[in-house]
Amino acid sequence: MLAWTIYVSFIGAVVVTLASAKSPALIRLLALLTTLAGLGIGVMAVAHDPSGQFITVARTRWIPSLGIEYHLAADGISLVLVLLTGIAAVAGVLFSWNIELRIKEFFALYLVLIGAVYGVFLSFDLFQLFVFYEIAIIPKYFLIAIWGSTRREYAAMKLVLYSFAGSALVLGGMVAAYVVSGERTLDLETLAHFPFPAHFQMWAFPLVFVGFAVLAGTWPFHTWAPTGHAAAPTAASMLLAGVVMKLGAYGCLRVAIMLFPHGLDPWGFHVLGFGSWQQVFAVLAVIGIVYGASIALVQKDLKFVIGYSSVSHMGFVLLGLMTLNQIGLSGAVYQMFSHGIIAGLLFAVVGRMVYDRTHTRDLGELSRLPLAKLIPFSAVTFVLALMASIGLPGFSGFIAELQVLIGSWRAFPSMSWIAGLGILIGIAFSWRALQATFLGEHTKAPEHPLSAITLPERLGACLLLASTIALGLYPKLLMNLILPVLSGPLFEQLRRGDWR
Amino acid sequence: MSSNFPLNFPLVSTLTLLPFVGGIVVLLAGRSAARLTAATFATVAVAYTGWLWLHFQPAMTAMQLEELHALEPSIGLSYHVGLDGLSLLMLAVSSITVLMAVAASWNNPKQGPAYFAFLLFLETGLFGTYTALNFLHWFLYWELSLIPAFFLIRMWGGPGRARAATQFFIYTMVGSITLLLAFLAIFLASGSFDFLELTRMAQNGQLSAAIGQNLHWRQWDSGHITMYLFCGAFLGFAVKTPIVPFHGWLASAYSEAAPETTMVLTGALSKMGVYGFLRILLPIFPEQMWRIHTILLWLAIATIVLPAFTAWAQTDLKRMFAYGSINHLGYCILGIVAVAGSSGAEASQVSQKAAALTGVMLQLFSHAITAAALFWFLALLERRSGGLTGLNDFGGLRRAMPVFSGLMGITLFASLGLPGLIGFPGEFLIFKGVFPLDWWAAALALFGLLMTAVFLLTIVQRVFSGELHDRWKKMPDLSVAEQWILAPVILLLFALGLYPQLMSGMVHGTVTQLVGLVRY
Repeated sequence: MLAWTIYVSFIGAVVVTLASAKSPALIRLLALLTTLAGLGIGVMAVAHDPSGQFITVARTRWIPSLGIEYHLAADGISLVLVLLTGIAAVAGVLFSWNIELRIKEFFALYLVLIGAVYGVFLSFDLFQLFVFYEIAIIPKYFLIAIWGSTRREYAAMKLVLYSFAGSALVLGGMVAAYVVSGERTLDLETLAHFPFPAHFQMWAFPLVFVGFAVLAGTWPFHTWAPTGHAAAPTAASMLLAGVVMKLGAYGCLRVAIMLFPHGLDPWGFHVLGFGSWQQVFAVLAVIGIVYGASIALVQKDLKFVIGYSSVSHMGFVLLGLMTLNQIGLSGAVYQMFSHGIIAGLLFAVVGRMVYDRTHTRDLGELSRLPLAKLIPFSAVTFVLALMASIGLPGFSGFIAELQVLIGSWRAFPSMSWIAGLGILIGIAFSWRALQATFLGEHTKAPEHPLSAITLPERLGACLLLASTIALGLYPKLLMNLILPVLSGPLFEQLRRGDWR
Repeated sequence: MSSNFPLNFPLVSTLTLLPFVGGIVVLLAGRSAARLTAATFATVAVAYTGWLWLHFQPAMTAMQLEELHALEPSIGLSYHVGLDGLSLLMLAVSSITVLMAVAASWNNPKQGPAYFAFLLFLETGLFGTYTALNFLHWFLYWELSLIPAFFLIRMWGGPGRARAATQFFIYTMVGSITLLLAFLAIFLASGSFDFLELTRMAQNGQLSAAIGQNLHWRQWDSGHITMYLFCGAFLGFAVKTPIVPFHGWLASAYSEAAPETTMVLTGALSKMGVYGFLRILLPIFPEQMWRIHTILLWLAIATIVLPAFTAWAQTDLKRMFAYGSINHLGYCILGIVAVAGSSGAEASQVSQKAAALTGVMLQLFSHAITAAALFWFLALLERRSGGLTGLNDFGGLRRAMPVFSGLMGITLFASLGLPGLIGFPGEFLIFKGVFPLDWWAAALALFGLLMTAVFLLTIVQRVFSGELHDRWKKMPDLSVAEQWILAPVILLLFALGLYPQLMSGMVHGTVTQLVGLVRY
């Protein structure tokens, strides 16, 4: 049944294309129903089997001469991300209710992107995963280039170039794995059990990892992220930060770490003080956390503030992955979900509720508008979203960052101190953004009255807020899905040393 | 374990969530019904606490009404709440102060639904903090109380509110983070976030062994590391209480916030710090507190003496009371530190320690009631004077408004610890307990007591006596309604002053247990 998340989205895209452009209400409704169906299927799959066990959804031969299969399957980690995609997709449609320019194309591309993302999360054949991964790039380009704002063509092109560069690295690693294993298969389950030679893993791991890490917004490959987020229309920013960056992080875990766990072993020698890829990428992660937060602190454009904050939060995902212990890895997956929801919420407030009404994202100009009085709902949402973003207890971010910090403390204590510093800077930039947007002094009424917050916006905000609070208060919902996978057969080669 | 409570029901969680639900109802109720709804919920919370109080078994040392549900064992998260004498006392303090604040805000036109909702959200934060026994959700409530407090200061405060709120936020946030880091490290070492579990481990030496085994920082021994962890946790509570020199946020926060807000800040929020000392620092870090108790004693003395002088030098009544508030909580810290500093187990020492700790708890209650009442009077005065609260703005008020002056005078005397009023038993017991344990500290702290009397009498003299200014000749006295609503508070000042057993009997079991913990 899970396969239908993908098919429904693609069918939805076709149906939207065939609908008459004269009835935008119908198109919106179709898009909403399609995304709701995807979310519904994801929820039902989790409700049906909440244990996170590996289930094969569909499996047929695709290109027999190369041993390539069409293999859709899911385990707990896939399910977590499928749920995230479902929620983010529904919210994205709700926050795109005001799109009027070429509405058919917008929602069609939007649904193609959603379908491709579902495809990546459910693929258990490496080739097929790669195909879906590439399909996702195309709609992103058009969404930004056509419906975007500031420097949209530049941002769209930059995003695509970065994505393709990353893909090239992944492709290289993929071909190498195919050849070296000699098994004539790209099935992830088979390859996960294949004992690749250690020296091969040593160079294949960084290749694939960096390839995916580009899309995860890892420093120093992050520069597409803030420009892309800022230029994209609200729904696309929400998806970019909320889901697309998770494609990269998911690839790092599902492909790089799962297939080449020994690539993280010590090299046996030291270069510039680094003794293994684990240390190298952990340092990059921590730099990303602190750097992203610091840059967010000095931005003048509100969307750039949120964009750089995403870089900082994705650093936690990467740091969690590099701990290579159970709590750190589960924290990383939890953070993927949590950041997807919270970033979506922040972009919804900034892009849809504020920018679409005031037509400015300049912090200085915003501070002179009495926004808290004019659109109080968005003020409340923004405060809650920022609270979630800085990792206050009660929100999902706390559970995620807590686990990552505990994991990194076990793996490399000094890193967790620096990551803690990143959290402090995170509080500072959130504070600054809040002061400027909703707590400004000396305000005067705007020249044009701002329209009231609409019902779809309220629904979307409530959906996202409810998700982050539910998972902050009751982490078991996701942990029950994540933990069995990490202690299951797929990650068998990874579990060694101080795995806890 | 037999329980006196008639129902098998999550009574504590229900109480905690009650104000939160109330806050949402207030928001939905709209402007006209907001204050009535808020008052209803605040009253129900007081009645609820009173009901718990009646059914509570004071002699039991164990937690009562415990609720324990494991939520996520891999990160030590369980939902664990419970009630002992200290918790119950703090619940009473919080519910009464919030009700007083709602009553004081009754006629203030500026304060709409959002204001009352924030007050009730804050109450949930307080209730949760005082009953939670697992660090993770305890911390949730600890932070949850910070956010409404910030907005109460930020949105309904005076002209300097933005600065004051930011300062308040940053100070408390820094403290919270060091506290969080310390507990993360403790969890890493011990695998538990549960206060009772950690207390048990600290008592039988497991905690320090686990810290030595599992945290390797630059080859430090476990005592060294534990001391750092203690300092992290200490900073969190020291900022909240506050202890000199971490008190920089307090004066501007208390004086810039609306006086009705300050009633809750000083009455209930500031107690969170002292509560942390009693619930966390003393049971989990008894050895660390003993090691540096001389330094802590000096800090306590500074907290008692310096703010008393500063208060005397102020010219604004709000700032005077704000500094007075620091001084009064200093006695609590003095009592706690003196207890922590004497590790002996002889019968005489045990009874002195019990006296000091009982005094600390009485002082927590009495300070909450008197300080909240004082800011209530300031709220009334400020509304009548059109915003003036300067020490020298008034004079001879007792002629214009005799009832107001009489009642506020009683409260001032309660605050300075006059026998027969609520402030006396607590301070008396603290000094009675501390004197034999650390006589020099008690002697130095007496200066603070003296200065408190001096600045409070200065207020009586400048505001109530002397020449009545023409401007204030027409100032209306308390209305009958205001008198009636203040009457229970004044009654409480006398009742607990004359009959402190009402309170001290309640915390007996907890005090016995705490004294037992200090021996290691």
